[in-house]
Amino acid sequence: MSQLECKDLALGYDGVSILENINFKVEKGDYLCIVGENGAGKSTLIKTVLGLQKPMGGEIIFDPSLKNTIGYLPQQTIVQKDFPASVKEVVISGCQVRDKRKLFYTKEDKALVKENIEKMGIKDLRNRSYRELSGGQQQRVLLARALCATKEILLLDEPVAGLDPMVTADMYSLIDGLNKEGVTIIMISHDIQAAMNYATHILHIGNKTFFGTKEEYKNSKIGKGFIMQYED
Amino acid sequence: MLEKLMLYMEFPFVRYALIVGVLIALCSSLLGVTLVLKRFSFIGDGLSHVAFGALAIASVLKVSNDMIVVMPITVISAILLLRTGQNTKIKGDAAIAMISVGALGFGYLLMNIFSTSSNVSGDVCSTLFGSTSILTLTLPEVILCVVLSVAVLIIFILFYNKIFDVTFDENFARAVGTNVSAYNLMIAVIIAVIIVLAMNLVGSLLISALIIFPALSAMRIFKSFKSVTVFSAIFSIVCAFLGIIVSILAGTPVGSTIVAVDVAGFAISFIVGAIKK
Repeated sequence: MSQLECKDLALGYDGVSILENINFKVEKGDYLCIVGENGAGKSTLIKTVLGLQKPMGGEIIFDPSLKNTIGYLPQQTIVQKDFPASVKEVVISGCQVRDKRKLFYTKEDKALVKENIEKMGIKDLRNRSYRELSGGQQQRVLLARALCATKEILLLDEPVAGLDPMVTADMYSLIDGLNKEGVTIIMISHDIQAAMNYATHILHIGNKTFFGTKEEYKNSKIGKGFIMQYED
Repeated sequence: MLEKLMLYMEFPFVRYALIVGVLIALCSSLLGVTLVLKRFSFIGDGLSHVAFGALAIASVLKVSNDMIVVMPITVISAILLLRTGQNTKIKGDAAIAMISVGALGFGYLLMNIFSTSSNVSGDVCSTLFGSTSILTLTLPEVILCVVLSVAVLIIFILFYNKIFDVTFDENFARAVGTNVSAYNLMIAVIIAVIIVLAMNLVGSLLISALIIFPALSAMRIFKSFKSVTVFSAIFSIVCAFLGIIVSILAGTPVGSTIVAVDVAGFAISFIVGAIKK
């Protein structure tokens, strides 16, 4: 069974639908990039998949073994800009639903935090304050947090927004590394080049919807048009 | 001066005032960090005006214990206000401003029309700025305050991690399956309880000071959520204690003296924070 499947999904808010007939499947180990023009509804799609907002129609089916848990890397909010929290505190908050009956974090939670902090290469920063870190470092912290929530599937909302080219490249290879280890990746991206480099599947939303493998997208009319547009 | 203080300490009402003052200061500082970070600094102000309006209704209805009216109205308003935080047509700050001035005006109107005492402006002034009522507390009132404060404290410690989760990143918490609405509701109810308690201490106009100054001062100096929370609790207790002592010795109004000490504390923290950088 697919880890995630959307059938005839319709999106929108306040009773007005902005996108309809979205169909796609995500299998374990896939790397899906969601592309489309600004305002096409990419963030709305993500929010709907995560259950932050109700779909206008259609179905979202998760593999029951995932228990509806997705590791999520949201775009940064204004609140976080001057939030006093240490890196450790942020990362361990990823463990918040590992055991809903427990109010306090366990030894296993702490071990998991240590492991993910090392994996993301932010061990030296672990006692620093989150708000003092650079954009790339903050993204690593949030990625470590998402990995504490689940090792199965990560949903990333423009993870490289606002990062400089060097840091962007680092971030992409970090995500690619996770994918090679078997973590399923779903990523919203403005960066069609990177999407074509790393993704296995592409979901294009906008006036026309496309879902298929990267190769199929490259050869499709809609894909050709979109890639051309960004090459200029 | 110390002798004078010792003499005052002999009186139970002074001891009651100190106990209640310190406990209320402690409770209001705990959630202050969360409210400031969630951009809800003004909720204290808004809710306390609602409590003022509710108090006016209570006095018009001549209810024996005004808590019966004030507490539920304030709790319901708190829930409504925190709910409007996201995805609504009227944004959080506008909703707070609307409810707050609305309740204030309505309350004053009621007090004037159905005036029960000869000194309406005196009554209003003491409700707004905290009268001497902290110095006239009876033992049952002190016990009620202690019980509620301890309950707030225990709930805060038990749910400390969850409060962090929904404060730092509500969307992430929701996405991984935490029941964010339930915790927001809990925060709203606790805040309402604290505000109704704190009205006795500083009056409804100055409650915001008890909520935001400790949090803002701690955020100047400390960098982790835990250290900010602990420091703001200590800061708030010390300021309330000093404020009450000063007001007793100097004969100044209790509420505004505590707020003045809070402001001074913030100024010191600001300087310490600047030097540390």
